[in-house]
Amino acid sequence: MDTLTTLLLTFISIVLINNLVFTKFLGICPYLGVSGRIDMAFGMGLAVTFVVTLAGTLTFLLDHLILIPMNLEVTRYVCYILVIAGAVQLVEMYLKKFFPALYDSFGIFLPLITTNCAILGLCLFINLWGIDNLLEAVVLSFGAGIGFTIAICIMAGIRENLDLADVPKPLKGAPITLITAGLLTLAFMGFAGMIR
Amino acid sequence: METNTQNPPSIYKQTLLAGLWRENPTFRLLLGMCPTLAVTAAVKPALTMGLAVVFVLLCSNIVVSMMRNLLKPHLRILMFTLTIATFVTIVDLFLKAYLPKMSETLGPYVPLIIVNCIIIGRAEACASKNPILISIIDALSMGAGFTISLCVLASIREILSTGAIWEINILPKTFVPWAAMRMPVGAFITLGLLLALVNVITAKSKSLQTQKNSK
Repeated sequence: MDTLTTLLLTFISIVLINNLVFTKFLGICPYLGVSGRIDMAFGMGLAVTFVVTLAGTLTFLLDHLILIPMNLEVTRYVCYILVIAGAVQLVEMYLKKFFPALYDSFGIFLPLITTNCAILGLCLFINLWGIDNLLEAVVLSFGAGIGFTIAICIMAGIRENLDLADVPKPLKGAPITLITAGLLTLAFMGFAGMIR
Repeated sequence: METNTQNPPSIYKQTLLAGLWRENPTFRLLLGMCPTLAVTAAVKPALTMGLAVVFVLLCSNIVVSMMRNLLKPHLRILMFTLTIATFVTIVDLFLKAYLPKMSETLGPYVPLIIVNCIIIGRAEACASKNPILISIIDALSMGAGFTISLCVLASIREILSTGAIWEINILPKTFVPWAAMRMPVGAFITLGLLLALVNVITAKSKSLQTQKNSK
C-alpha cells in the first residue's frame, strides 16, 4: 500500500508539478516545431512516451548493474546517449516489421526523438534525484512521457485556434508561441506545492 | 556557407559574420532552446553555459571536420553524438572540479549540451563538408552568437528580477523586483518579445534596403 501511494505520488508529480516542458524546459524544440496540429502532436507525444519509458528503464539498469559496480561513472553520458540512440533504432525496426500501420503514423517522429532533450534529460534527472528503485524509475519515465504528451497536445490545441486570431505582425509564428507557452507555465504553476 | 566558388577571404568573413546576426542560432534559427530558456535567470550561469557550448562546438567541429572523409552516411549522426558526448564529459568534469557551485546551478543542463541542436546542426551543415579552418571560424562565430544571445536574455531577466546585473546592484532600492522574471514564465515571455524585436528590426532593414535599391 505504501509503495503504491509513493508510486502514485511520483506519477502525479512528474506529470503535473515537475512537468518536463513547463518547469525544466526540456523538449522545447519539438514542442515549438511539431505542435501545429493536434493529431501530429499526439503522435509525437505517444512516440516520446514509448521511447522515454524504454530509455529511462534501460539507463537505470545500465547505471546500477554496470556503471556503478565497475566505477565507470565517467562514461555515463556517452553510454546514455548510445543507449537512447540504440533504443530509438530498435523501436523503429520493430515497429516497421510488426506494426507497419503504427510505423506509418509515427515513424517520421522517431529519428527526431534521439535528439529530444526530454529523453536524455529525464535519464539524467533519475540519476540526479537519486532514485534507487527500478519500479519508481519506470513510473517516473512513463509519467514524464505522459506529461510531455499533455503539454504538447494543449499547445497544439491552442495553436490551431491561434491561426485564426489576428496576431500583430512581428509576433507571428515563434514569438506568440513562446508567449503562449509562458502563460501555460503560469497555469501549471498552480499545481506547485500540491505534493511536498 | 557551402558555396566554395568565392575567393577565400570573403568566405571566411561571411562565415564569421553569419553566426552573429544573419544566422544567429538563437534568434534566427531557434536552435538550442532548452539551455536558452533554462540557464538565463542570471548572467553568470548564462555566460558559463555559453562558453561551455563554444568549447564543445569548437572541439566537435574540428574533430568532425578531420574525419569528414571517413564518415559513412548512416552512421554519421551517431559519430557526431559520440564525439560531442566525449567533449561534454570533459566540460562537465572541468566544471565540477574548478567551479563546483556553478556546476550545481547548471545541473543537468551541462550534460544536456550533448543534445543541443546547435552543435549537431553545425557538425552536419558545416563541419562535415568543409575543411578545418572554415569549421573553426564557423564554430567560433556560431558560439559567439549563441553566447551573446544568452547574455542579452539573461541580463534582461536578471535586471528585472533582482535589480542587479552580474550580482551588482544597478537599480535604485525603490525598484520592486519582478519575481516572475526568475520563473519559467519570464523566460518564455522575454524570449518571445526579443524574437518579436528581431522580426521588427529585420523588417525595417529590409524595407530600408528596398528603398535604397529603388532610388
